[in-house]
Amino acid sequence: MAILVNKDTKVVVQGITGKEGSFHAKQCKEYGTKIVAGVTPGKGGMEVEGIPVFNTVREAVEETGANCSLIFVPAPFAPDAIVEALDNGIELVVCITEGIPVKDMMLVKDYMVKNYPNAKLIGPNCPGVITPGEAKVGIMPGHIFKRGKIGIVSRSGTLTYEAAYQLTKRGLGQSTAVGIGGDPVHGLTHRDVIELFNKDPETEAILMIGEIGGTEEEEAAEYIEKEVDKPVFAYIAGITAPPGKRMGHAGAIITGGKGTAKAKMEALEKAGAYVIENPAKIGETVERILKALELEEEERTYDAE
Amino acid sequence: MKLHEHQAKEIFARYGIPVPEGKVAFTLKEAKQIAEELGEFPLVVKAQIHCGGRGKAGGVKIVKDMDELEKAVESLLGKVLKTFQCPDGKPVNRVLIEKATPIDKEYYLAITLDRSRSKPVIMVSSAGGMEIEEIVKENPEAITIEPIDPELGLMPYQARELAFSLGLPLKDFVSIALSLYRVYTELDASLVEINPLVLTKEGKLVALDAKLEIDDNALFRQKELEEMEDESQIPPLEAEAKKYGLNYIKLNGNIGCMVNGAGLAMATMDIIKLAGGEPANFLDVGGGANVEQIANAFRILMADPDVKAVFINIFGGILRVDRLAQGLIEASKMVELKVPVVVRLEGTNVEEGMRLLKESGLNFITAEDMWDGAKKAVELANKQA
Repeated sequence: MAILVNKDTKVVVQGITGKEGSFHAKQCKEYGTKIVAGVTPGKGGMEVEGIPVFNTVREAVEETGANCSLIFVPAPFAPDAIVEALDNGIELVVCITEGIPVKDMMLVKDYMVKNYPNAKLIGPNCPGVITPGEAKVGIMPGHIFKRGKIGIVSRSGTLTYEAAYQLTKRGLGQSTAVGIGGDPVHGLTHRDVIELFNKDPETEAILMIGEIGGTEEEEAAEYIEKEVDKPVFAYIAGITAPPGKRMGHAGAIITGGKGTAKAKMEALEKAGAYVIENPAKIGETVERILKALELEEEERTYDAE
Repeated sequence: MKLHEHQAKEIFARYGIPVPEGKVAFTLKEAKQIAEELGEFPLVVKAQIHCGGRGKAGGVKIVKDMDELEKAVESLLGKVLKTFQCPDGKPVNRVLIEKATPIDKEYYLAITLDRSRSKPVIMVSSAGGMEIEEIVKENPEAITIEPIDPELGLMPYQARELAFSLGLPLKDFVSIALSLYRVYTELDASLVEINPLVLTKEGKLVALDAKLEIDDNALFRQKELEEMEDESQIPPLEAEAKKYGLNYIKLNGNIGCMVNGAGLAMATMDIIKLAGGEPANFLDVGGGANVEQIANAFRILMADPDVKAVFINIFGGILRVDRLAQGLIEASKMVELKVPVVVRLEGTNVEEGMRLLKESGLNFITAEDMWDGAKKAVELANKQA
């Protein structure tokens, strides 16, 4: 099962002839993802790594049946690329591009919500999404992930790799890992992805990696408190970040006293999540608590018998 | 990107928002000339810095004659002004000279992004003059927040509702609010703020202060604004890092950090704190850092006299760890290593990377994981201090 992408997902790569686009299209293909098409206006008829290139998303969809788009188009043109994908019936758009103006993303998101309420956007400024062993639609190193039962959702790239690596080293696999991106306006939120994990039978526990800025982690906490019975683990980066400073990601900034790591951790703790303070102990903590929960479960079953 | 008050006011005026009559001066001579042109006293002398809290820090002075003006300008120009928001201070290299405005009431007006709605919001309050953080903390119900449809923009009825609720002159307020929204959207602003917006004793609305911040991601199409940036307001090491595509922020501790990726960089700062230390900086070399960037990052870290130990924490994904290790080795040949350097590498080809570091003959201290690295860096920094 897993969420968002699997072995049947057919991916079109927009911006496939660029340096990033061609490199990662190849990496994704080698991982086993069905990369069925590429799009670069004016380069139709070419091939990149054996992948046919089309002039428009419309042609790519008509010819190959692509249902997911992976975007590497440079920031000034990326909003156009997202809308082109949506207008041609793509259900899942994954936008890796960094540096898209907030105003453009506001308009794109507004357009999407009004016209395609069922379509999903991941990113921009994100590492993408991976269902280990089935499909990698993004730029993450595939080999540090392992198929399993833990769903990961994160705003950060390398911190996701760090967390996944810690889990994998301990034999704890992942159902799907989703990098939602570090920009202030983006597609799927922490809450959206947690909802998908909550409904996914393969996902038995959820690891959420948040950071300072905005109130998405607090909104996720509200949902967790009401709806989620699966164990949720959370790490929030930026407890030492000073207010008013943008910590790399455009979205990672504490403004107007809002978006502090402390407030997020408190909200998550209150919602019943296991908040992990030490980022080097994510794997260790998840393993320890899951084992304890299993024991409890066994005891309960034993008592019932 | 932040603009100065005088720049924001010039732009606001172009959009038809009333601002006090005045001009910016870089020298005392210019200041006196402006005072003569304005032709009346009292005048207000305002230090132009990228930081709030100027008033309380003595950065805003009302002067009654030329003598007082001279004294005020001399006390500000060329000095470093420290405010509660910027305890390290900001250099004052220009002052705004303005006619004084007779104030009846002060209001707050701003437009910014509401992240949870993914829409702009207009915010007004009758508690003007205070920092918005204070208003939020002390009297949150005093702020009215109205979401704006990104496609339609701010509708006149929304501005009318706000004007009626605050009892403000209807036509003037609606005109100011709609103009402010045009500034926000046409200039790709991340924040436009008038605090205070004052009702004068003559019943007119005037933007007594002005704040304008531009979305960095949109600077490629806001060239005119990009050129207006005053680099003296950015700490020198931060400005240098920016040139090399590095994201560096100076902090108060003594452990220099170098990390790839913003999230991991924040996590590294946090873990240093957990290990009992204080980070000297945030430094993200980016996901695809090359040898040159690593060398520059290294140089910037070493240039900070507060740094007593360095912690390098790199998770090599697509970029292989052995190549990163090579970069580090080459970089450290170009830079003098004055303090101990703890290195934690993880990811693809990590064994080869560690071997290269060990055989390089350079005095790197290797760490098993983030926690081990943080503890070692803290211990070494304490020894040096």
